[in-house]
This record gives sequence, C-alpha cells and structure tokens, in this order.
Amino acid sequence: MSLLEFENVTLKFGGLTAVNDLSFEVEEGEIFAIVGPNGAGKSTVFNLISRFYDPYTGNIRYDGHDLLKAKPSGVAAYGVARTFQNIELFEHATVLQNLLVGRHRHRKSNMLSEVLFLPSARRQELENREKVEEIIDFLDLQAFRDKMISGLPYGVRKVVEVARALATDPKLLLLDEPASGLSVEETTDMRWWIDDMRRQMAITVLMVEHDMGLVSGVSDRVLAMADGAKLALGTPAEVQSHPAVVEAYLGKAS
Amino acid sequence: MRIVFKTNYMQDIRPWKDAYQLCLYLILLAVVAAAPWWLDDFYLGELTNVLIWAIAGLGLMILTGHTGQVSLGHATFLAFGCYANVILLEAGVPFLIAFPLAGILTGLAGVTVAIPALRLHGIYLAIFTMALSILMDDVIVLAEPITGGVAGKYLGGVEIFGFLVDRWGTPVQFFWLVLGVAVLVTLGYINLLRAPLGRSFIAVRDSEVSAQAMGVDIARTKMISFALSCAVSGWAGALMGMFSGAFNNETFSVLISIQLLMMIVIGGLGSIHGAFLGAIVIGFLPQFLSISKEYVGAVFGGNTVAIPGLEFGIFGMILIAFILFEPMGLYGRWLKIRTWFELFPFYRKDMFKRQKSYLKTERLR
Repeated sequence: MSLLEFENVTLKFGGLTAVNDLSFEVEEGEIFAIVGPNGAGKSTVFNLISRFYDPYTGNIRYDGHDLLKAKPSGVAAYGVARTFQNIELFEHATVLQNLLVGRHRHRKSNMLSEVLFLPSARRQELENREKVEEIIDFLDLQAFRDKMISGLPYGVRKVVEVARALATDPKLLLLDEPASGLSVEETTDMRWWIDDMRRQMAITVLMVEHDMGLVSGVSDRVLAMADGAKLALGTPAEVQSHPAVVEAYLGKAS
Repeated sequence: MRIVFKTNYMQDIRPWKDAYQLCLYLILLAVVAAAPWWLDDFYLGELTNVLIWAIAGLGLMILTGHTGQVSLGHATFLAFGCYANVILLEAGVPFLIAFPLAGILTGLAGVTVAIPALRLHGIYLAIFTMALSILMDDVIVLAEPITGGVAGKYLGGVEIFGFLVDRWGTPVQFFWLVLGVAVLVTLGYINLLRAPLGRSFIAVRDSEVSAQAMGVDIARTKMISFALSCAVSGWAGALMGMFSGAFNNETFSVLISIQLLMMIVIGGLGSIHGAFLGAIVIGFLPQFLSISKEYVGAVFGGNTVAIPGLEFGIFGMILIAFILFEPMGLYGRWLKIRTWFELFPFYRKDMFKRQKSYLKTERLR
C-alpha cells in the first residue's frame, strides 16, 4: 500500500479547475517531486493534503486513513509536516520557539499542569528541547537559536521553516519550493539535507520545485503537471524528455 | 555586557536568565511588598490601583498581546468578575472561595462569548467586543434584582483567616492581597509562556495557516485564550470592585475597555512587563496631571480649574505618539536603551527593525 494516494481528485474555484482528475501515489521512503509551469496546481495539491481545501470529487488516502475526514489541525497528528512557498514562520518569536511549536503535536500536558509548571510539564519541555536540538544540529542552525525570525535573512528563514517541519517528527514531509530564492551553495546544502532526511530519518519527501537540477539530483520519481492535470509521471529523465512536458514548457514546434 | 554561559537546557526553561536577574526581581518584589513602610496611605492606595490595573492588563495581554485577538470590550469581563464576586459574598460564600470562583465563572462567560467571536478577525472582532461592552451596561440595569441596577452595589471589607481586609479600614492588608494576586497571576503567565500552550498562542497570533499545519487547533486555542484572559480580567474586576467599594452600571463603561487596550499598547504588546509599565502610566497619569496643573498654576498664575477632557486628551496624545514613534511600547523602548548600553558603541539603529504589521493574522480580510 502506498503512503499517500490521490484518487481522481478534482478541485474547482468557481469556473477555474485548479486540479483536474488527478491520481498519483507516493510510496513510503521515496522522494517524489511535482514540477510544472506556474498555475499548474502544484501548491494546490499541497493545500489539499493540508486540508485547507476540500476536493470537489475524489479521494485522498494517507497510510490507510481517509485524509478527508481529518481536520486541518489533525493532519499533523498523522505525521504529515509541511513548509510554505511564501515563508510562514512565527515572526515575533525566536528560532527555538518556532521549532518548539513544531513539537506541539506531541503535547501530553494539559492547561493546568502548564500554568503550574508541574514536574511533568518540565520533563516534557526537556524532551522537546532535546528533539529540537537534534534538528538544530542536523540543519546547522546553532548560531540562530535565540534570534528573532523578523531579523533573519531569507535563506536562514527557509531553513528554519524546514527545521520546524522536521521538529514535528514527520513521516511525510511536504516541501513547497525548498530552493526558491536560495543561492547555489544553499541549494546544494538543501539537496544533501533532503537526501539525508530520507536516509537518516526515514522520511518520505514530497516536494514542489522549479530547480530542475535539484529535482533530478534528489528525486526518485517526478510528476509533471499543467493546468491541474497530470502530464507525465516517471523518473526525472523520463519526465524531462516526455513530449507533453517539453510542449508545456516550450510550446509546440511549428 | 553580561554574557550568560549556558551549560544546561534548564537555563532556557526556567524563567530567569541567571542569578543576577533573579536577584533584581526579588529585590523589586521586596521593595514593593514593603511599600506600606515607605508610602503614606494615599500613595499606597494609588499603588494598589496600579497593581489592579496591571492584573487587568495581564488579562487583556493574554488575548491581545499573545494571541493577537483585539478586544475592545474587556470591561465587560471586569464587570462580570466584580458582580460575581460581590453576589457570591452576599450569598455568604467565604472570600477565599468566592474570589477564585468569580474568576472561573468569568472565564466560562468568556468561552461563551468566544464561540461566536472565533470567526471574526481584526477590526470586526474589535467591533464585536466593543458592542459587548456597551451591552453589559444595559444588562446590568435590566438585571436589577441581581445587580442592583443603576443604584449599584456596595462592598465593605472581607474576612480572610479572621483578618479584616478593607480598602479604607485596612489599606495595608488590601494592598498585600492585591500584590499576592498580581504575583500569582504573573507567575502563572510566565509558566504559560514557557509551555506549549503559550507558544501555540503566539503561533496563532503570527500565522494561523502554519499554526494549523503544525497541529495547533485554532478554534480551541482561541477559546482557551479567551477563557484564561477573561478569568484574569474577572479577578481584576473583583479587586476593582473592592477597591472602589461602590459600583454600578457605569463603573465598567466602554471607556474602561478602551483605556485598558491603550494601556497595554503603551506598555508594549506581547510582554508581561508591558502590562505593568502601561498600568504605571495609566495609574499615575491623573495624579501627575493634577500635580503639574497646580504647579503650572502656581508658577504662571492663571486658573487651575479643571479643564474638561484634559486627561483623555493627554492619554490620546500619548497613545498617538507611541503608535507613531514606538509601536513596541515602553518595554520596547527599554529593550532598546538596554541594548544600547550593553553594546556601546556598536548599537545600530536598525537592530530593532520596525515591523509594519505587528499582528499578521490581524490584517483585514
């Protein structure tokens, strides 16, 4: 059974069909990339998984569960974490606080034990901190631990967002354009990090990305989309040479 | 500059940075607790008033400063707490039960209000809560059998462990009661901020979408924030009732709501210090104005008759000045001054970059 299954999913905004009868499966342990021109519906696919939108028709299944039955805040409990195309961090909090919010789905304490800060709440904080420190070490964020997000440069924010998603201890990680706006060196770092997430943390990665170097370097399978529909699905090389993909990007030879 | 060398995660989890900081706050607490020995009864009363306002400010800070939900109607919950406390006391419930219960009841009232308010954002929520504040006035008048209506209610002293605690009879005991409540509320607030719940408030304030993606239930979190905020406001209201001794439907008017919001903006949104600094400004400004009016009258002659609306005019001007020049409030200014000294001469002007939108999720939709 696949980890994530899209089955004939269609989403319409008024007259616009954002996702059109889309079906694909993401296998456990693979790195799966979605590519396509602007407006192809790539981010909409992510927002469907995050339950920000309800599909018009079709089914989304995750790990045997019907994802459409979950609340938007319940998706994280299944072990699905995500980043956003336009960074959505908690601006007026430190990097550490941001990452600790990522631990929220593991919260066991209740309001009373937190207001009194009972030993159980203290123990939970220490556990959370240790997990977060592992992520900080993994992504080299030590220097920024106590910095406010509002004062950080773009590249670092991008990494902090990935770190926050990793702090939730996910099984499936959705990365929405992890390399957009990053320098060549930063993109290379990101490439190895994504690779390591799978190797060391056994995370399945689903990403939307425009940088074909990153996509072909790291992903096992690629889904090409245009106008909300599937164009091609296969290895990076297969998709890049697929006639429909070439046509969608470059137009038809006359 | 003091550099704290961290060797243990507990150093980040415990509320104080190092022994030096802990000492400072303990000395401050000791000096304030000893106020009856270095202040006369008039100024002790003023200090008590400031502390009560600070508790009310902490209540609103939870909701507006940390969860990002603007409320222009918190006087409603002050009133609710005040009446709940008095009505329970009149029913013969001892103070030590009536007082906590008044806060809890106000918290429950807050949850009831929160349910329709959950769908509102920014200015719409402000209008909704402001309407509540206006409505409360009429409700108090209409519910005359319970609330005493326009004639209002009176509250003498209360008894705690056999000691009489009365604003006029035993101002020192009343001061310590207020100080005790203020310290307990502050400690609870500090604990909240270092725990997952406090962080989820901040998450909801700064970005609802990503809070949701992290597994924070927005509706639930806002509801808890309303509950805690209103409970603290209820306690502040109960103390206000005991402080003024007599109150009616006009005591907790919409002006109090506005003043409360102004207070935390001037003090600094999103910080516990802000509630206290704002309370000091709001509490002492009327005295400061009347003293300076006398002084101006004495030096330059002319009449010293009360100028109508002077107080609110000056409040308004201070608020405008803060929003224009120091949106981070007094606490933000203090942070800048402290950083300037710590880093001298390397302070840069853009170290505290001014944020265009303080409350991201509060943008009009």
